[in-house]
Amino acid sequence: MASPAAAAPPSASSAPRRSLLALAAMVALLPLALPNNYTYEVAILVGLNAIVCVGLNLLIGYAGQISLGHAGFFGLGAYGTAFLAARYGWPTPASLAAAVAAVALLAWAVGRPILRLKGHALAMATLGMGIIVAVVIATEDRYTGGPDGMSVPPLGIAGHVLAGERAWYWVVGVLLVATVWLAQNLIDSPRGRAWRALHGSEFAASAIGIDPARHKLAAFVLSAALAAFAGALTAHYAGFITPAKASFLHSIELVTMVVFGGMASSLGAVVGAAVLTTLPQLLTVFKEYEMVLLGAVLMLTMIFMPQGLVPTLGKTLAAARGKSR
Amino acid sequence: MSAQLVQFLLTGLTVGAIYALVALGFAIIYNASHVINFAQGEFVMIGGMAAASFVEAGLPLPLAALLAVAGAMLVGLALEKLAVEPARGAPVVTLIIITIGASILLRGLASLVWDKKIHALPAFSGETPLNLGGATLLPQSLWVLGATVLTVALLWWFFNRTLTGKAILAVSHNRLAAQLMGISVRRVLLVSFGLSAALGALAGVLIAPISFTSWDIGVMLGLKGFAAAILGGMGSGPGAIVGGLALGLIESLGAGYVSSAYKDVFAFVIILAALIFLPDGLAGRRRATERV
Amino acid sequence: MLLRAENLAKRFGGVRAVQDVSFALAPGTVHAIIGPNGAGKTTLLNLLTGIYQPSEGSVFLGERELTGQPPHRFAAAGIGRTFQNLQIFFNMSALENVMAGRWLHEGGSLAAAALRLPQLARAERHCRAEALSLLDLVGLARWADAASDAMPYGALKRLEIARALAAGPKLLLLDEPAAGLNPTETHEIDRLIRELAARGITIVLVEHNMKLVMGVSGHVIVLDEGRLLAEGEPREVSADPRVIEAYLGVEAH
Repeated sequence: MASPAAAAPPSASSAPRRSLLALAAMVALLPLALPNNYTYEVAILVGLNAIVCVGLNLLIGYAGQISLGHAGFFGLGAYGTAFLAARYGWPTPASLAAAVAAVALLAWAVGRPILRLKGHALAMATLGMGIIVAVVIATEDRYTGGPDGMSVPPLGIAGHVLAGERAWYWVVGVLLVATVWLAQNLIDSPRGRAWRALHGSEFAASAIGIDPARHKLAAFVLSAALAAFAGALTAHYAGFITPAKASFLHSIELVTMVVFGGMASSLGAVVGAAVLTTLPQLLTVFKEYEMVLLGAVLMLTMIFMPQGLVPTLGKTLAAARGKSR
Repeated sequence: MSAQLVQFLLTGLTVGAIYALVALGFAIIYNASHVINFAQGEFVMIGGMAAASFVEAGLPLPLAALLAVAGAMLVGLALEKLAVEPARGAPVVTLIIITIGASILLRGLASLVWDKKIHALPAFSGETPLNLGGATLLPQSLWVLGATVLTVALLWWFFNRTLTGKAILAVSHNRLAAQLMGISVRRVLLVSFGLSAALGALAGVLIAPISFTSWDIGVMLGLKGFAAAILGGMGSGPGAIVGGLALGLIESLGAGYVSSAYKDVFAFVIILAALIFLPDGLAGRRRATERV
Repeated sequence: MLLRAENLAKRFGGVRAVQDVSFALAPGTVHAIIGPNGAGKTTLLNLLTGIYQPSEGSVFLGERELTGQPPHRFAAAGIGRTFQNLQIFFNMSALENVMAGRWLHEGGSLAAAALRLPQLARAERHCRAEALSLLDLVGLARWADAASDAMPYGALKRLEIARALAAGPKLLLLDEPAAGLNPTETHEIDRLIRELAARGITIVLVEHNMKLVMGVSGHVIVLDEGRLLAEGEPREVSADPRVIEAYLGVEAH
């Protein structure tokens, strides 16, 4: 007879609160360890990727769906705000909000037919969508500047502009902590359970009154909005945006960050984003070997830690603690 | 029929045959392991690049092609042995990430072993285009189509007439039952990967004289092969072939008559439409209704 | 009448899994659907819960027609069920499985959930308490915080029942609740069914275990090859020569 003391999956309220505090502490204290602007830049990029990943994790790890085209939403958010601000002179907070809203609407429209699909068919559909977005962005150069990209006005209002690595660091840091807080609240709520139920068994979920279509769509739209939000922020931060940000490769990077860090764990999504954003930066030292090393690291990590980094480390720590009693 | 239309159709069939070979590779691996092998496109790249480099080193074309396919096959076997087998119990998403990692790794290795330049393979029987009622047909296209037909015929014979082939089919239908019948799933997986790699490399060698080859051609080709496999119904051999040809034709006609800038998009638009209206694909395997 | 089936039929390609089945289930009784393997019992159950759309016929709950509705609407109307092949949410603990079952009573907007508005905490505590009492009812109180994938088979069968109960159904369909259980565990299920019936829940049992069926039900429906063969009180049905013939070789346990 199995022991009833087997640990429950990490969703009881205390563990996420601790990880949120840890994240907040990290964000607050990290600047002490960052020596120069370049490292701040990397930290900001990590934060922006992490925001996308937390959202994507809600879709993949909790609601149990898959999207291989999320960079498309990211890119649309970026280009949307760039377009409205640069071409039409909208104040950037408005262009950002409008871009996010527009992408959410698009995700809603596109998600309804697509989410009826499952497994690799869904993967293919989202992949196709992402590629179509990327190609359109790259081709319609009259509007988007084509493969060379377009420049983006900085984020600001009434003359005050958000500029400089340090300012952006704090903004992104706070937004990341807020995103994780919202995500964890959602996961711990009845709705979060409904999403996890869908992941567990769609049949059983519908038998307790959960409408699979509605909830999958909600998860999809939310994660798309977060991706667009991060995309728009990235555009304003960098001052420039290129179609590569909407590419299939970027979509794959995002999914990889989520799976690598550990699905069904917001902290895992953040860790995944952190590791896989900084690792290529570190590996540029090796120049030609960068791709080989990246590929090797990915493969080895997934082979030896199939549940992802954070859950595996969590289990190892729990086991170690158990043994030391 | 206008010469232009014939031209587009021929181009479409040629490219379609390549997509079909790549799609078959996806289907074979998916059937054996339920894994989408995102490194499939890299086998195509390895085939073309290896053959090109062997030819540049002085080897005669047939030998270069043979070695390239054999080399790719070894890579496929290595991938299965070193990456897929150790991760056997892992969730499917994890396995997909592993193959993604493999594709990154292989591309990185390619840029090291060879380079990032574009290479060409000499056409198998010369460059002189044939004239078909106003449309020009490259002799290489005939090689592509001919080789594809031959390959498909060989595969049919393999899967229906040999014990190993039937074993692979058995595993794809019901892994547990196949194991209980004494079939070694591990061996089946190994053969599947080797076979898929060979198919991909063959495609790479065939198409390299027409559309050249470089370290990163695998990405788009892999994606389109994947799309073709889904269009035909994931896991269906005949579906992969029909899907590949259909995709090639759609792309060629779309690029010709609608917009060549959006060439890459046609395939995916059609896939999306097909998935939404025909979720099981053109020749979809009727999956047994899930028992609850 | 609580649940009514009229001329239900379900075809899969050439196979007629269910043909021309009509019956009415009175509230307050324990009903059973029996029949040899392949008789169409689970198909019928799936038709009664919206998982399958009937090829012909209709399903009524009270006055309300439910035919053609998606499964979650059947659930919202008050029909709950358990599954023959367990469909436990293995990505959650036992308690969370049952708490998930309370979705129809909890709900709440996305925004309220994300912002963790104060009333949600109270609602969560209440939900937790309700779920714990249901776990207690089915005898799984000590498994509350256990990972569901660590629980034994018998416990999981009861967990499914607790989860189905959390939705507060008027009608509960149990698909082979005693399958794979030993006599002690089966007796537990018997006791549970009686307890639930006493609480006013109408139970429909799909079962092979004749002792359980005859002991606990007040109304038995017999299916054979997709058709309704006989129906009535347990004693009548078990004496019916047609039923005995269909069950050739089955002896009372």
